[in-house]
Amino acid sequence: MSEEMTTQEAWHQGSQGAKAAYARRRITVDPITRLEGHGKIDIFLDQAGEVERAYFQVPELRGFEKFAEGRPAEDMPQITSRICGVCPTAHHMAATKTLDALYKVDPPPAAKKIRELVYSAFMAEDHLLHFYFLGGPDFVVGPEAPAAQRNILGVIATVGEETGRQVIAMRRRLREIITMVGGKVIHPVLGLPGGVAKRVTAEQQTEIRRTAADAVEFARFTLDLFRKVVLGNPGYVELILSDAFTHRTYYMGVMDEKNRPNFYDGQIRVVSPEGGEWAKFAPADYLDYVAEHVEPWSYVKFCYLKPFGWQGFTDGMESGIFSVAPLARLNAADAMSTPLAQEAFEEMYATLGGKPVHHTLANHWARVVEVLNATERLKELADDPELIDPNVRTLPTETPREGVGVVEAPRGTLFHHYVTDSRGIIEKANLIVATQNNSARMAMSVEKAAKGLISKGVVSEGILNKVEMAFRAYDPCHACATHSLPGSMPLVVEVHGPAGETLSRLRRDSDGSLHRE
Amino acid sequence: MPDKPKVAFYWCASCGGCEEAVVDLAEKILDVVAAVDIVFWPVALDFKKSDVEAMEDGSILASFVNGAIRTTEQEEMALLLRRKSKVLVAFGSCAHLGGIPALANLWDREAIFDTAYRTTASTVNPEGTLPQVSLAHNGDRVHLPGFYNTVRALDQVTEVDYYIPGCAPTPNIIAGAVETLLGGDLPPAGTVLTPDIALCEDCPRLDTKPQELTIERFRRPHEVIADEGTCLLAQGLLCMGPATRSGCGHLCINGNMPCTGCFGPTSKVRDQGAKYLSAIASMLGFEDEAAIDRALDGIPDPVGTFYRYGLAGSLLRRRKMTPVDA
Repeated sequence: MSEEMTTQEAWHQGSQGAKAAYARRRITVDPITRLEGHGKIDIFLDQAGEVERAYFQVPELRGFEKFAEGRPAEDMPQITSRICGVCPTAHHMAATKTLDALYKVDPPPAAKKIRELVYSAFMAEDHLLHFYFLGGPDFVVGPEAPAAQRNILGVIATVGEETGRQVIAMRRRLREIITMVGGKVIHPVLGLPGGVAKRVTAEQQTEIRRTAADAVEFARFTLDLFRKVVLGNPGYVELILSDAFTHRTYYMGVMDEKNRPNFYDGQIRVVSPEGGEWAKFAPADYLDYVAEHVEPWSYVKFCYLKPFGWQGFTDGMESGIFSVAPLARLNAADAMSTPLAQEAFEEMYATLGGKPVHHTLANHWARVVEVLNATERLKELADDPELIDPNVRTLPTETPREGVGVVEAPRGTLFHHYVTDSRGIIEKANLIVATQNNSARMAMSVEKAAKGLISKGVVSEGILNKVEMAFRAYDPCHACATHSLPGSMPLVVEVHGPAGETLSRLRRDSDGSLHRE
Repeated sequence: MPDKPKVAFYWCASCGGCEEAVVDLAEKILDVVAAVDIVFWPVALDFKKSDVEAMEDGSILASFVNGAIRTTEQEEMALLLRRKSKVLVAFGSCAHLGGIPALANLWDREAIFDTAYRTTASTVNPEGTLPQVSLAHNGDRVHLPGFYNTVRALDQVTEVDYYIPGCAPTPNIIAGAVETLLGGDLPPAGTVLTPDIALCEDCPRLDTKPQELTIERFRRPHEVIADEGTCLLAQGLLCMGPATRSGCGHLCINGNMPCTGCFGPTSKVRDQGAKYLSAIASMLGFEDEAAIDRALDGIPDPVGTFYRYGLAGSLLRRRKMTPVDA
């Protein structure tokens, strides 16, 4: 009863706040929403002009967990893929594996291979999107280059138009595999409990093999490019190692039995900031390890390791904050599952001083290692004679009740958890989306950059680029607000004095141009 | 040389799939870029809302808006682009009919918040904290956008000239629509820029669809191994083909899964779900109620099935819980 009152009171308070916010917005253009594609950072200064608090806010909420209720479980792979149209295959596959668990059904070998084939193609094309179009411009064109050139056009100018066309064509061909095998590439339809909707034919396999072989070569080319451009420049390496982008957190990733990253399936391993194994657990046990914290100033929830309790935005051994995505996966791994990726993995850790690497910007390097891993795995599966076995479904016979499914999305560990009635109708759904796992660390990155760059009330314009590089390395996916194709996310930074007055407002548009308002 | 036509892209409550759909034009996107002057595309290009505001009314040839309308800001932006554009195009299922996010219209804001921030299994929130649209801090306030109780399609907010359907629209549909709009010979306002026939009519499995289809029992997709060449309805699977517009290239059918209706209805149909219900009624060849109930056991979620992408734009629109307030 009293809890109900609290809800009502909180709701009333929220409505009052909304009215106040709308009233204010008439005076100032509120930049927080995706209206202008802006993320928003609010920075508050103390009496001495030093940063007291910085907020990096995410204006996303669409309520999938609520409107999943009442839907048949078998529709979840197609419904939850609509959480993200850039990484729909991750949600589709996590949901499909949740259905396996829900119905306690084991897909035939060919079905598992088809799923992992699709997933490997997806991982490769999504990472390529980030490397060449989103994050890569920082390094390929260079962090010191004029901002207006730090975009895909700048990348093409640097690597040559022929290579630019190759990037576009390679992504297209990898995505065509998903269309061929999974029906659609933006929101695939192959996943069912116990298997996939259709078999792969011998003809299709021939085409897939051709693409897979070319993809491995393209991944090697991408690594060479990264080596030449980044490792050939001591300034870049120094930037990767700089303290502004460093946090000593825990790291999480899905591993095979030899503790090698597996994007499609395995156990979840967590290593500590010192590198030792802290936990390794089955997806079904995730609630013992992962919890989500709510802050009133963002729609995104903040994940932490449950046994530590929520310790606030702080890193170190006693903090439960952890990180996911390419660097976290490699930090949580002992080795890679394919030879070229293994070589690249060893080279990365040798260069950066051993495991774990705490430098956020090393995510770009780790992502290239994973492109190799994904394409090599794609090729293994494409060459597998069992891929075309016609037996791709095991019909479920058990009564459904509860299931958990986990995959590694490009942006990190993704959890789906459904509870159903005996007909398989969803009663409760819980979704922990990859970027949420990183949200606490990302908020810390933003605050650290702000504190490092602002002193005595003086705001350096450089804060925008530095802060942006810090969080872009995670390839964050906030309601797609940050899927900024040419590599520069538009940003607004507001600085407020101790009395709450706005001291300055900086806007950096997607072409990199700066505006002080 | 005359100025190239000005074009804008914008997103509201969406997943980013519509933006990917444009990128999926792949090599062809270079032709589009050559033919038009993209004056506004937040995801990809420099932009300022103030730049759009400064443009003369009607100076943009066409604005393509994807996503449903969930917040006041999205509504404002839709109205602004309407004013500045000769042609406003609803791009993709969410702008067209509400899309999957409109399934949230089966609840209200409070229920959605309560689930997301309080009752989900991994959420630890003993104090019941909720995100606040306006939060006091040192006398200043940190803002979050509030959102409406009801998700709306674009034409429930402002006048829409054309629709490009699909979740997501396919590259050939997009290329065709852009060509039509640039060609100058504009179709009547309100046109959905795809073939105006039902999916069944050009389905590769049409030959196996019986003239008079009788279904004894609907089967859910996980209950049956579907033959890859036979009409899915004839196999008892609920395929939305009879009530859905064609033009997608039968992607889901090619994936051996039933159509879920993302292209919406043809121009002859006002309400996709109602149309499908009447189609079903004619497929059930029974008189006795028990037999009909048994047949319908395979459709445990009629609203989420018949209105998967179209609840906001349908005659139902939403479940009544709270008024459509701010």
